[in-house]
Amino acid sequence: MDAGAENPVGDGLAGRRRGEGLFLKVRAAYFGVFTALALIFSYVESLIPFHIGIPGVKLGLANLIIVIALYKMNVKAAYLLSVTRVVLSGFMFGSLFGILYSLAGGLLSLTVMAVLKKSNGFSVMGVSIAGGVSHNIGQLVVAILVVETYSVMYYLPVLLTAGLITGLLIGITANEMLKRLAGLRTGFEG
Amino acid sequence: MKNSMKKKDWILIIVVLCVAGCAYLSHQLLRNTGAGEVIVKVNGELTGTYSLNEDQEVEINQGSNILEIKNGRADMLEADCPDQLCVHQKAVSASNENIICLPNKVIVEIRSRTDSQIDTVAN
Repeated sequence: MDAGAENPVGDGLAGRRRGEGLFLKVRAAYFGVFTALALIFSYVESLIPFHIGIPGVKLGLANLIIVIALYKMNVKAAYLLSVTRVVLSGFMFGSLFGILYSLAGGLLSLTVMAVLKKSNGFSVMGVSIAGGVSHNIGQLVVAILVVETYSVMYYLPVLLTAGLITGLLIGITANEMLKRLAGLRTGFEG
Repeated sequence: MKNSMKKKDWILIIVVLCVAGCAYLSHQLLRNTGAGEVIVKVNGELTGTYSLNEDQEVEINQGSNILEIKNGRADMLEADCPDQLCVHQKAVSASNENIICLPNKVIVEIRSRTDSQIDTVAN
């Protein structure tokens, strides 16, 4: 990664090497901050009593951080962040069983978001909506496999609409945050 | 302009809403209201069939879940799982509606009598 060129510290060969080392630290620090934020959002979400008679519908606050990471870091870092968050929050606030669901939803939604972002026709809102919807589809598929019944398909319209709304809310928030984070350099760019 | 919604965003929203609408409509068309029966499955295996007309309390899975059937509706009263999602869920009464407790792998499903006849024929 040719990160040293943009780095204020990096000037000349020795400075460039020093710059790379600094960049590694910057990356590690930002990755830590993003992981911590995602975990805090997972925790905050688990505190909000949000039962509207439909199981499985939630805001997905942690997805906000994943969306930001997708735009401010790169796809690889976003995947690592997503898996780290799911495993850690699963062990801290959830169950082993919940990790399975979250991983299925999280990885599918991240894959769809990465593809849409790369296709260049979608705004942050569109990417986030696709992420929210595919997250719910992923969880529904795991539910079908685990309980071995297709009758959970009954939830499909509810989950699709819910994913759309939560994805849009997260997208709008992420869009506003990204505007204000325009100067942020996480070291993962390029 | 770069940061606002793009054309493809709207297409995506419309497509998702259409799919949701179609799924909802097809479910509504297949839905049978009226007296039916409650099917209880644990771990994918059928453990009991109860009539929606008789008011009763059913212990499922050696008491891990308690189901109440009252006034033609089935409602999960208690569950020993940590998330309690199935308990918070509303009572179900229409055909194909269900209550699922994932941690205990318990499925409570409503079937209309005609449905179950079709099932027997198909089997």
